[in-house]
Amino acid sequence: MVRSPSRVRHVSVEASVMFALVVRSLKPQSIPKSGIIGALQGKNYSTVSEATFEVKSCDLYKLEQGPNTSVSLSRDDALFYYRQMQTVRRMETVAGNLYKAKYIRGFCHLYSGQEACCVGMEAALTGDDAVITAYRAHGWTYVRGVSLVGVLAELTGKHVKVIHLTYIMIFMLQIPLGAGIAFALQYQGKPNVCVTLYGDGAANQGQLFEAFNLAKLWNVPAIFVCENNGYGMGTSVERASANTDYYTRGDFVPGMRVDGMDILAVKEATRFCKDYALKNGPILIEAATYRYHGHSMSDPGTRLKIDTEVRKEVEEAAEKAKSDPELSLENMYNDIYVNPPADYTVRGCDISIQHSST
Amino acid sequence: MWLSCYLSSALRSCPCLIVTGETTRMTLVQAINNAIDIVLSKDPTAVLFGEDVAFGGVFRVSVNLRDRYGRDRVFNSPLSEQGIVAFGIGLACAGATSIAEIQFADYIFPAFDQIVNEGSKFRYRTGNLFNCGKLTIRAPIGAVGHGALYHSQSPEAFFAHIPGIKEVPTGDYELPLSSAEVLIEGDDVTLVGWGTQVHVLRDVVTMAQEKLNVSCELIDLRTILPWDLETVAKSVVKTGRLLIAHEAPYTYGICSRNSSTNTGQYHVSPGERLNREIMSV
Repeated sequence: MVRSPSRVRHVSVEASVMFALVVRSLKPQSIPKSGIIGALQGKNYSTVSEATFEVKSCDLYKLEQGPNTSVSLSRDDALFYYRQMQTVRRMETVAGNLYKAKYIRGFCHLYSGQEACCVGMEAALTGDDAVITAYRAHGWTYVRGVSLVGVLAELTGKHVKVIHLTYIMIFMLQIPLGAGIAFALQYQGKPNVCVTLYGDGAANQGQLFEAFNLAKLWNVPAIFVCENNGYGMGTSVERASANTDYYTRGDFVPGMRVDGMDILAVKEATRFCKDYALKNGPILIEAATYRYHGHSMSDPGTRLKIDTEVRKEVEEAAEKAKSDPELSLENMYNDIYVNPPADYTVRGCDISIQHSST
Repeated sequence: MWLSCYLSSALRSCPCLIVTGETTRMTLVQAINNAIDIVLSKDPTAVLFGEDVAFGGVFRVSVNLRDRYGRDRVFNSPLSEQGIVAFGIGLACAGATSIAEIQFADYIFPAFDQIVNEGSKFRYRTGNLFNCGKLTIRAPIGAVGHGALYHSQSPEAFFAHIPGIKEVPTGDYELPLSSAEVLIEGDDVTLVGWGTQVHVLRDVVTMAQEKLNVSCELIDLRTILPWDLETVAKSVVKTGRLLIAHEAPYTYGICSRNSSTNTGQYHVSPGERLNREIMSV
């Protein structure tokens, strides 16, 4: 993690599609809110500027009080969240199609169905909070500020220079790292948390419990989030976990189960947990959600009417991600060190093969 | 304990094996499926487990086996590699033939401690009271198509460093371990590979003959540890040149070990550097 914010990360080959991203200190959200309102002008929507909704209460573990069940939000925010969720859904549909058309190679884990998790959590975080997740990362990458072209070009392995990540890390068993990142935030005296995401499948890895112990021992501001979509790879939770109440599995780490299909519930739970984690140390959220992909490769977009503008925006990004030139071989050796000397070279397969590195 | 690394992308047909009796041409995956099928049918203690093996596994290696032998003998495990291997060690110690699948070799590292410190030393530390020789861990290695991170590495060298493990890159239940096979005879240079590289080297043999008029001898190493020094050495003495191809990284790999052994004992290895420049990924 030695990348300076000013550096442009050249998107690496489809390799980096797969796994976790730590995306911190990103540029501001790429979608201007005013644009959304503009896009919806002329349609017969409510003009109420703010509304309050009741959400389901969370199941609690070692907590006396949970998040509010009454959640208010402004019209602008509501439209913004809706737009984000629609975009993620459409992006994943297109990503699925690109995969089927072999523009995306390797593996492709889609987020369709889980949009409320990333959009809801991001809504309660700031750009200085850290997020680390695993391979089902497209939605998260987008809401953290990477453009549509950025995400899709990363998947297709094209040379679109749009991703401005200050930190990018790629891991599968990223959970203990989240505890480490949270420790760093605390150590640096920052008012921020590290949201550490994993799935119900990874919940059975021993490293998870090691991470819980470290995090609680040192009371670091970590929010562990189990995105429980019902299946770890192809095995259902009931067949893989002796205890499927994932929010209780932190033992000494308190937790809650939130309706992961309700963006407002997720947002409120995240707000509550950030506050809690900064004061008391780690906390666990189980977001009960569901993924449509894997269920079927047929177009999940048919379940939801996607806004024409969103559709157009995603199509344009996909076109760019398809048509941009492929990353050249020379680029494979770039972006290893920050500001390397002008004549810096990196060894290839053999010591006799040296490549220049910028 | 056996560590069987098969090649995830090896859907091509295996080289023909010289066996007596009826033969069928199979892909490597089909051959593994067939081998497990035979073990399960002949050995009532045999069980197969791993991530998503019940429906056939991501490479279809265990296809139809659950239907044939039941859910109590072919079953899914949680996504817990350390658990899978350690469970297998326990199972094997108790007398069961256990076949543990690690879905990709790159996933095996949470189980590394169990393999290195528990499994490989079980017989030794119990004074031969127990052993887990009935455990086979299977894992696909190498570059699966565009698999990228967590799906493409060739970590076989890590395990070749561990006494107590026999490691086979491809395998058939009928084949003797630690015995390499000369697939194509030649005079000018010895080519050694295992796994997918054997297919690559076959193409190289043809190309070298056509374009350079070079006669290559091709050896499939088959077992990485212990490897068949005699077969390779005989060939190198004949040809005077050795080229080893592997997908794994250059440094301290099986390639360097094998080539240095040859250099040391037989003083012939002018092809060594060529190999590394061209073939190490």
